[in-house]
Amino acid sequence: MTAQEVRLCGLLLHEHFGEVVEKVGTHLLRSGAQNLRTIIHETGLSVDLVKKSLMVLVQHGACLFSSGRKGPGSPTEYRSGCDRILRILRYPRYIYTAKTLYGDTGELVVEELLQRGHMTMSGTVKTVADRLTQNMEEGRSMDYSEVSSAFSKLVETHFLQRCPKLAGAGTADSTTSAIPPTPESFPDCYKVPHMTLVGRGKRQLAAEDGEDQRNAKRQKMDSEVDEGIYWQVNFERFHLHFRDQAIISAVANKLDQTSSEIVRTMLRMSEVTTSPAATCTKPLSANEIFRSLPASYNIPRPILDQYLTLLVDDPMEFVGKAGESGGGMYVVNLHRALANLARATLESVVQERFGSRSARIFRLLLRKRHLEQKQVEDFAMIPAKEAKDMLYTLLSQNLVQLQEIPKTPDYAPSRTFYLYTVNQLPTARMLLQNCYKTVANLIERRLFESKESKRLLEKSQRIEAILASLQASGAEPEQLTEVEEMITAPEKQQLDALKLHINKLDSAENQVDETIFLLESYVNSTATSTV
Amino acid sequence: MAGRGRGVAAFTFNIDALGISRGSMPEARVGPSPLFPSIDFKPVPLKAGEDEDYMLALKQEMRATMQRLPHNIKPQSNKSEVERYTERYLKKSQIEDEDWTPDWSLFPKELMPQTKKPRAKAGTKKKPVKISRKETEDMLSKLDELAKNDDRNPEKSDDETEKKPGNEEEEEVEAEEYDEEDIEEENDYIDSYFDNGEDFAADSDDNMDGEATY
Repeated sequence: MTAQEVRLCGLLLHEHFGEVVEKVGTHLLRSGAQNLRTIIHETGLSVDLVKKSLMVLVQHGACLFSSGRKGPGSPTEYRSGCDRILRILRYPRYIYTAKTLYGDTGELVVEELLQRGHMTMSGTVKTVADRLTQNMEEGRSMDYSEVSSAFSKLVETHFLQRCPKLAGAGTADSTTSAIPPTPESFPDCYKVPHMTLVGRGKRQLAAEDGEDQRNAKRQKMDSEVDEGIYWQVNFERFHLHFRDQAIISAVANKLDQTSSEIVRTMLRMSEVTTSPAATCTKPLSANEIFRSLPASYNIPRPILDQYLTLLVDDPMEFVGKAGESGGGMYVVNLHRALANLARATLESVVQERFGSRSARIFRLLLRKRHLEQKQVEDFAMIPAKEAKDMLYTLLSQNLVQLQEIPKTPDYAPSRTFYLYTVNQLPTARMLLQNCYKTVANLIERRLFESKESKRLLEKSQRIEAILASLQASGAEPEQLTEVEEMITAPEKQQLDALKLHINKLDSAENQVDETIFLLESYVNSTATSTV
Repeated sequence: MAGRGRGVAAFTFNIDALGISRGSMPEARVGPSPLFPSIDFKPVPLKAGEDEDYMLALKQEMRATMQRLPHNIKPQSNKSEVERYTERYLKKSQIEDEDWTPDWSLFPKELMPQTKKPRAKAGTKKKPVKISRKETEDMLSKLDELAKNDDRNPEKSDDETEKKPGNEEEEEVEAEEYDEEDIEEENDYIDSYFDNGEDFAADSDDNMDGEATY
C-alpha cells in the first residue's frame, strides 16, 4: 500500500463514488483493518454517511469485513485493499474484451455488473434487455432468452462467477477462518441456476414514464427463483485473457503471423487445463497442435514442425520443448514470457527517456549482470566520457545500481571494485509505482482542466439540455438555432480545445494502464515462482 | 585541518580508481530541481485507433453513469431555495431508480440504518421510559405503514432469518420494524434509509408531479 497507490485509489474513488466514499476508502487503506466506531471517529463524518459508504465499498468488493480480532463477540472489522480499487482503471478494457468475444449483449452484461458491483442473474438480464430494446428500432424488442444465453456463455468460460457467501454476515458463531473464502472455494461457483426467464425487454417511452415505472415495480413482485445468488465479474480470468493476448501479439511482432497463430492455438487448447498461477502450460504434442489448428491455416506438417523448432530456438523463450513423444511435446513458458515482456518494457522506457545509447548500456547490463565502468565502455562501444555521463544519469534515476566488492575489510575506495548492475524485479516495481503516479497526475490534470472551464462546461450542458427538451417537444428550427447561438464562436473553440485535452488525458490513462497490467502480472508471477 | 591551507578540495582516496577526474564533477546544486524540467527526448505519441477511441468513449460514459447512480454518495448540500429553470431539465436525465435496496444478507448487521424517524416524532422527552417509548414508536410506525399502504403484495424477504442473537433487544425491535417497512415498500423509496429532508427521499419526487408550471 504505497503512497502513490493510495493517492491513485483516492482519486478513482472520488471520480466514481463521490467524496464521502473517497474519504472512508482512503482512511481504510491507510489504517488497515478497523471497526465501525473507529472509522466514524477518525473520519469525522456522520454515522449515516459512513455506513452508506461502507455498504457501497462492500457491494463493489473493495472492502471486506470479518469478525473482530478479539473473537466472535467483538465488532466486525473492515479492511480494504488497493488492488480491487485499481481495477477500476481497467473497466473499459474488460468491457471492450467482452464486446469482441460475445458481442453487444455480452458487453452490456459485463458493463452492468461492473457498475453495480454484484447483481442477480434475473436482474441483469432484465436491465440489459431493456437497454438493448432502447437502442433498437420501433416495434422490436430484445428477448430475455438471448441475453440469458449470453450470460450463460460468460459463466461457462469463467468470465463471471458467483459471489462467495460470506459466513460471518449475520450469524454470531462465525468460527470460520480469518481469511474470507475466495469465490473459487465454492463448488458451484460457475453453475448457472436453472430458471427460464420469459419476457422481452421493455422500451421506456418518454410520455409514459410514470406508468412504465409502476409496471416495472409490479414485475419485481414476482417471486425470484435466484434470490440470493449474486454474480460478479471474474477479473482474474480477464487478466489471463489479456496475458495470452500480449504473448500472441509479441510473437506476431517478433516472428510472423503463422507462428502467432500456432501459439494462439496452443494457448487456446490449454485454457482449461492450466491453473492461473502455472509457470507453463501442460505439454502439448505436435500432433494435437496440428489437428487443432484453425481450418484457414493449411500448413503442411513438416512446416509446422519447422515453425515449432523456430519458436523453441528463439531467444525470447516463449515456447519450450518438454519431450519427444507424439512428435515433440511443447509448452508455452508463461512466466518466462511475462518476464521477457517486462524486460522489453523496461528497455523501451530507458530508450524513450534517455536515448538509444543509454538503452544499449542498459541492455548490456541486463545481459552481463555485473560490469565495471571500463568494461561498460568497451562492450557498449561508446566513448568513455559519454558512457560515464549516461551511467551516472541512469544511476541517479535508480535504474542502475552500484555494487561494491571490497578487496580489503575496510572498504577503502581505492581498493574496492565498483560494479554496475541492473536488478530486473526491483526496477520493475519502481516503474510500476511510477506508472501509478503518472495515472494519478493525469487524473489530477484532467480535473484541473475541467475546473478551469467549469463555467463554460456548465453553460454548454444547460444549452444542450434545453435543446434536447425543445426537440422532444417539437420546436421550430429557428428556435433551435437561436438557442445554439447562445454559445459564441470563441467559446466554441475553447470548448473544442478543452474536449481535445480531456480526450487525450483519458486516452493516456487507458494506455498507461496497459503497461501497469504487464508490470503487475510480472511482479505477481515472481511472487509464486523463482524464475 | 592540516590540509586546509594548501588544497581545500583534497579527496581522502585515490580519485583515479573510480575513473573520474576533478574536472568532470557535475555542478553543485543551487536549489531544488525545476518542477517541469526540459526533457531531451519527446514522449512517444499515444496510440490512436478504433479500439482506443472505443475504449475512450466507454470510459467517459462509465464515469458519467457511475456519477449518476445511487452508489455515488454526495455530501449534504444545501438545497437552493428557488430551483433554477434549467436544473429541471438536468434532473430529467437522472437515473430513475434513485434509491438502492441492498440485500441485507450480504452485509454485516451493524450497517443497517436505525429507524430514526419514529424516534424523532415520538416526543421531546429527554429520558423517556423505555417501554412507553417503544410503544409509541410501534404505534407511530404502524400508522406510517397504514398511511402508505397501497395494496401491494408484500414480497417475501429473507431479512428476518438473519438475526444476530447477541444484539440488544431494542436494536432487534427496530430492525424488525425496519423489515416490516421494507416489506411494505419493496419499491424504490424506503423512507427510513435516508434522513429526512434529503434530496433523494421519495417525497420530493412525488411533489414534483403536482408542481405548477412556472
